[in-house]
Amino acid sequence: MSVLQVSDIKKKFGKNEVLKGISFNLEKGEVLSVIGASGSGKTTLLRCLNFLETADEGTISVNGEKIFDGKNSKRKNDAELRKDRLHFGLVFQDFNLFPQYTVFKNVTLAPTLLKTDTEENINKKALALIKRVGLIEKKDAFPCELSGGQKQRVAIARALCMNPDILCFDEPTSALDPELTGEVLNVIRGLKTGDSTMIVVTHEMGFAREVSDKIIYMADGVIEEQGSPEDIFENPKSEKLKNFLSKSLENQIKED
Amino acid sequence: MTLLNEESMWENLKSQFILNFVKDHRYRLLLSGLLETLKITFFAVIIGVVIGIIVAAVVSSYSQNKERMKRRGGFSFHLLRFLNGICNIYLAVIRGTPTVVQLMIGYFIIWASSNNELFVASMVFGINSGAYVAEIFRSGIGSVDKGQFEAGRSIGFNYFQTMRYIIIPQAFKNVLPTLGNEAITLLKETSVAGYVGIMDLTKAGDLIRSRTYSAFLPLIAVAATYLVLVLILTFLQHKLERSLKKNER
Repeated sequence: MSVLQVSDIKKKFGKNEVLKGISFNLEKGEVLSVIGASGSGKTTLLRCLNFLETADEGTISVNGEKIFDGKNSKRKNDAELRKDRLHFGLVFQDFNLFPQYTVFKNVTLAPTLLKTDTEENINKKALALIKRVGLIEKKDAFPCELSGGQKQRVAIARALCMNPDILCFDEPTSALDPELTGEVLNVIRGLKTGDSTMIVVTHEMGFAREVSDKIIYMADGVIEEQGSPEDIFENPKSEKLKNFLSKSLENQIKED
Repeated sequence: MTLLNEESMWENLKSQFILNFVKDHRYRLLLSGLLETLKITFFAVIIGVVIGIIVAAVVSSYSQNKERMKRRGGFSFHLLRFLNGICNIYLAVIRGTPTVVQLMIGYFIIWASSNNELFVASMVFGINSGAYVAEIFRSGIGSVDKGQFEAGRSIGFNYFQTMRYIIIPQAFKNVLPTLGNEAITLLKETSVAGYVGIMDLTKAGDLIRSRTYSAFLPLIAVAATYLVLVLILTFLQHKLERSLKKNER
């Protein structure tokens, strides 16, 4: 059974149709990368999954349980919505750490307040996660004392501490200097071996190719093409994808 | 000749000083006026901050949640909309009328039966300040990055937890300078309390002036006292800001 089944998600902002029916499945432990030009709806898709936006139509099921149905999305109250949202963890493009709290408090704040576990277990878990992202010596530092890459690693630990079924990354390295992207990508690589199910919206083609089990290429609010990294990068079928890949390859060369 | 003039000038100043401050223990008038001014300001700041927090909470939670709540409807939405309406009327009326007029309305109409001048003045200035403090808090909440709301919600916080643990601490730090300025403005604004016969610092200085027929020293003394108070408040404000800025680049 799939961990995540997304079916026919549609979302409009006013007259602007951003998602025009997105469907895909994700198996446990799989890493899905979503690639595509800016404005193709990648981020909106992720935000719909996390209920930061409410999709207009479609269904979302996690572990076989339908947690969102566009037909009766209004019936859910805030508490139910929050419970559903916790199936997903979200790592933001610009980190969004809480500046007034230390690294440790950033990670423990939500589980402690929402009492997901005993305080002792939460603290133990938080320390293990901070260690896992390689920042144990920074656990009492404030976000302003960290580099961008370190902030993003804390954000990953913060999301993981809520035990999400699926961890979502919204362009996790886009706000980082090129020399800092490596450390964040390494942490994500490490999570893959740790059996986490992940959705990564990214512009890092090399990384998407290396780490993904499955890639979705989005263009103009639809899934233009999906398949294994080999399918997408070596045998792109649609013209749009071919164009997109050659353009991002050009950019890569320019940057190097 | 000039020496004599200078001497007589000092003599003159000295006798003026004695006349205005020492004779009949007139300095006591100033001291009790100062105490009254401080008391009014103190209570008004507290009332203003309490009102400001409540009004800002209602107005900004309405504007942030109305879309979502409207879809679900129900009692809580209508209650919030009603409270939001009341708050907006309050903001419009208080910011749209002069403080002195509010003071007279408070003193001669609303609390006409009260003999407690300190209470009336504190309420009037507090209610007045609350409108400005509410606007300060509202803009402070608006100044916190939208990503912070989303980060809070993405880890499962409800609206109040997000506000309480994430937004308000940051908003408070952002508005502290403006809030300090509001306290300073309020301190000076209480000087109109004499309009309804409350014996504050300004009124005390004016009373001395009317008894001694000399304006210079009493009024300069009053002005200097306000200045010193404001300088002290400014110093405290900067100190607090610095200590709050520790976890910031």
